[in-house]
Amino acid sequence: MRKLLLPGLIVIAALLIMARLFYLQILDDSYIQKSDNNAIKIKYEYPERGYIYDRNGQLLVANQPSYDIMVTPKDVKNIDTLEFCNLLNITKEDFIKKIEKARVYSPMLPSVFIAQLNKMEYAAFQEKIRKFSGFEILKRSLRDYQVTVGANIFGYITQVNDNIIKKKPYYKSGDLIGMQGVEQMYEEVLRGTKGVKYIQRDRFNREIGPYKDGIYDTIAVQGEDITLTIDAELQKYGEALMVNKRGGIVAIEPKTGEILALVTAPSYDPAILVGRERSKNYTMLYNDSIAKPLYDRGLLAEYPPGSPFKILTGLAGLQEEVIDENTTFVCHHGFSYGRGAFMKCHCPGGNIKLHNGIYKSCNAYFANVFKRTIEKYNKPRFGVDAWSAHMKSFGLGNFMGYDLPPGRKGHIPTSRYYDRWYPNGGWKSTTIISNSIGQGEVTMTPIQLANMMATIANEGYYYTPHVIKKIEKHKIDKKFTTKHITSIDKQYFRPVIDGLFDVYNMGTAASLRVEGIEICGKTGTAENFTKINGKRVQLTDHSVFVAFAPRNDPKIAIAVLVENGYWGARWAGPISSLMIEKYLKKTITRTDLEKRMLEGSLQHEYDKVTSGVPFTINNR
Amino acid sequence: MKNQSVANNIDWITILIYIILVIMGWMNIYSASLPLEETSIFDLSQTYGKQMLFIMLTIPLIFTILSVDAKIFEKYAIVFYAFGIVLLLGLFAFGKTIKGQTNWYQFGGFGFQPSEFVKTATALLLAKLLSDTQINIKLFKHQLIALAVFGFPVVLILLQPDAGSAMIFISLVFVLYREGLPSWYLWTGFIAIALFILALIVKPVFIVILALIIMIIHYIFNRRINRNPIVYGIIFVLITGFVFSVDYVYENVLEAHQKDRINVLLGKDVNMQREGYNLNQSMIAIGSGSWLGKGYLEGTQTKGGFVPEQHTDYIFTTVGEEWGFAGASVVIVLFVTLFMRIIYLAEHQKTKFSRVYGYCVATFLFTHFFVNISMLIKMFPTIGVPLPFFSYGGSSLWAFTILLFVFLKMDANKVNEW
Repeated sequence: MRKLLLPGLIVIAALLIMARLFYLQILDDSYIQKSDNNAIKIKYEYPERGYIYDRNGQLLVANQPSYDIMVTPKDVKNIDTLEFCNLLNITKEDFIKKIEKARVYSPMLPSVFIAQLNKMEYAAFQEKIRKFSGFEILKRSLRDYQVTVGANIFGYITQVNDNIIKKKPYYKSGDLIGMQGVEQMYEEVLRGTKGVKYIQRDRFNREIGPYKDGIYDTIAVQGEDITLTIDAELQKYGEALMVNKRGGIVAIEPKTGEILALVTAPSYDPAILVGRERSKNYTMLYNDSIAKPLYDRGLLAEYPPGSPFKILTGLAGLQEEVIDENTTFVCHHGFSYGRGAFMKCHCPGGNIKLHNGIYKSCNAYFANVFKRTIEKYNKPRFGVDAWSAHMKSFGLGNFMGYDLPPGRKGHIPTSRYYDRWYPNGGWKSTTIISNSIGQGEVTMTPIQLANMMATIANEGYYYTPHVIKKIEKHKIDKKFTTKHITSIDKQYFRPVIDGLFDVYNMGTAASLRVEGIEICGKTGTAENFTKINGKRVQLTDHSVFVAFAPRNDPKIAIAVLVENGYWGARWAGPISSLMIEKYLKKTITRTDLEKRMLEGSLQHEYDKVTSGVPFTINNR
Repeated sequence: MKNQSVANNIDWITILIYIILVIMGWMNIYSASLPLEETSIFDLSQTYGKQMLFIMLTIPLIFTILSVDAKIFEKYAIVFYAFGIVLLLGLFAFGKTIKGQTNWYQFGGFGFQPSEFVKTATALLLAKLLSDTQINIKLFKHQLIALAVFGFPVVLILLQPDAGSAMIFISLVFVLYREGLPSWYLWTGFIAIALFILALIVKPVFIVILALIIMIIHYIFNRRINRNPIVYGIIFVLITGFVFSVDYVYENVLEAHQKDRINVLLGKDVNMQREGYNLNQSMIAIGSGSWLGKGYLEGTQTKGGFVPEQHTDYIFTTVGEEWGFAGASVVIVLFVTLFMRIIYLAEHQKTKFSRVYGYCVATFLFTHFFVNISMLIKMFPTIGVPLPFFSYGGSSLWAFTILLFVFLKMDANKVNEW
């Protein structure tokens, strides 16, 4: 027995050691990670972000170099703090505070010590950097905006947050990423791919050469330039027209679906979100819950469209063959659809056909058309669903899929929707008659309105609206070159277009004619409400206008929404016609109108909500 | 021909393992101390160059040992021992102090550590003592004599102070046990160690209560007639006293760095940049090796020099990092095979002297091996002992070579009548 003790101990000891090694080397992965953190330094080379051009090749967004001083707290040793502070013009307290902050983030990893040095500071610091162990300069490229407009289209660049780092491992702390607008949508082409160098270092953190002779290293791939469909001049003009107003303008080239201008007001100069003031300015914009400058009204403002929707009601009626061009309804200054239920109409009354129904914007006519459409089927649910399908073929009631933040769906009700509201049935065409004139349950965004006009201009098809025209080395998404054909046959569009044309000749926009351009358009007003102290309060109607031009070879379709502007022809109409004139003729002949629009302000309307005193609306 | 007979009779298996271990050791030292610019492997300004020289010099050393008469080891055991003691004493006058320890003689660029050689001398004298027919290790008087043989150098080494080397001598208890030392010595030792560790982790009161419960149960179920409450009482008092003194010893006797090492092992809150640094880096190096390692000369921890003293006591971290679990296992299996072979040879010796000596060799090598590797993987407090044949250093390489080859010489001689 005594002979066995030592051999036994040896075997047990060896097994213990092997078991422990197995645990450390095989089962526990954490040491591999720790070893990499220790010994391998990863250096990134950031490519320059792609430039952004407008449709005419005008440079909109370029880059400017920016230099950040990065610090790795663990490596800060034996530096002349006084010299360092003098060089960068900071106090010793600042220095200590910043180092401490970096240490909290990580003692081992570099974090930003001072962001965005100017060229002088950079040059002075660069010269002495050898003396400051633990500090390094990281060159980044920041946006340099060549225009002061289009902030909502461009979006902005920001440092990635922890959430993004977790979801997308490409990004490391301190990296920049595009947010909102095309910076976000085309992030991957614009940013390029950063290059990675793995460097072996020793315990003094000295670099002792490439790790494994650089077999894992990659070189940076430059970001690609992109060309937008935006017309910079038109965009500028649109933003100028919307000064002191709130609302949105969307202009689309009907034949291609290219967005020519996407204006939201109020907006801001994109340059304020660059540089050291970025976070302060962003907070300011973000916290403005009244004017909401970050809220892109062209994509997000969802309202009952009002009168412009009558065009679709008419088209659906024609397609369903419940009316033809000559079908006549009599307008008794309104439409009676039940006992005590009467929809008023402001048109002169009398015999109304499709043509004058459109240019006189007769509620009674379209209520009748809608009623017939629904009642064509033996049950209202079938009627509503047939109607709903026509509406949806215009891209309504759903996300359009444009290459901007997704916006809002709008709403086109279906039979299921009404079944939910009236679970015991009992709803019929007259219950939902407000939809006929764009009130009721129908809602649309300005971009949907503009797209509707583009579709009408095209007599039955549209391309998904988009802002991308060209990417340097890639093709643009196929969905932007795919035709969407509506369920309305081509032949039904002509009479409607004729009606829209006479809106300018004999109708609600007669005062807005532009010499030499045949415009087809439609005014609208959108009722809207807000909550003041928890009470639902109606505000002055939004002024809405939709149009396209020229009539026979449409080059621009436009929708304008001016919040609380009342009549369509009061604000939105003039702005539309000026935009069209600007785009098609490059010069404005009606300088008086232009001056009135540029200088006009609706601030008094907006102040009503916050004034705290009772107010009246829709004042003439 | 004398040499002819040595070549025929020597145990080539042991020599083969020895050669493999020495070569592997050098390869890892090369990796651990590789400078940025390549130089000759004989470059004496480099660690690996010096080690190459030390390895070359073992060849004449081995031939000398194999060619002397095997009888002189037994005959002059007391002389070797006395010489070793003189060298240890001489350190107090001429030794070089490095990091608070005075355990080196310095000759030009080379150091010499006598405690390594004293191991061989002590093993020889112990073997001589135990092989004396007059000596019966079961007798307390003779146990005291055996204790004096290895206790004397232990005291001198502790004074240097070099607790690690001193601890290695304690392992000779296993040899004494093999030769008849009553087993309660071992049990007492095991229980004392277990109690010491327990007392550092939990409050002494709980241990005392636990001991009391166990002893009461033992007393009740012990069916023997002569159970004596007084014996139980004495044992309980001893345990209580020991447990409570652990705290005192820990606080007042152990030095700061020894406390740190124990704290690190027990996973108490330690600073990974200071007292925990070595062990942490060592674990990272080994732990990042995975199955097959990062490849020879490709270890990032090794190349970056993160593990301090990597070429000496921490040499096994290079094995772990660059050769992975597979390589580490090979090294462990080689060592275990070596130990088993030595024990096998010892058990087949004709004389008690060479059997005891062989046992001492196996015990010394095994203790170094176990203490060295287990301290790297957080199984044992950090104690500076080299890994035999692997670690950098002329003293340790030669000392282990002498220790082993003296035994091989005895073994080769066993067939001769003498």
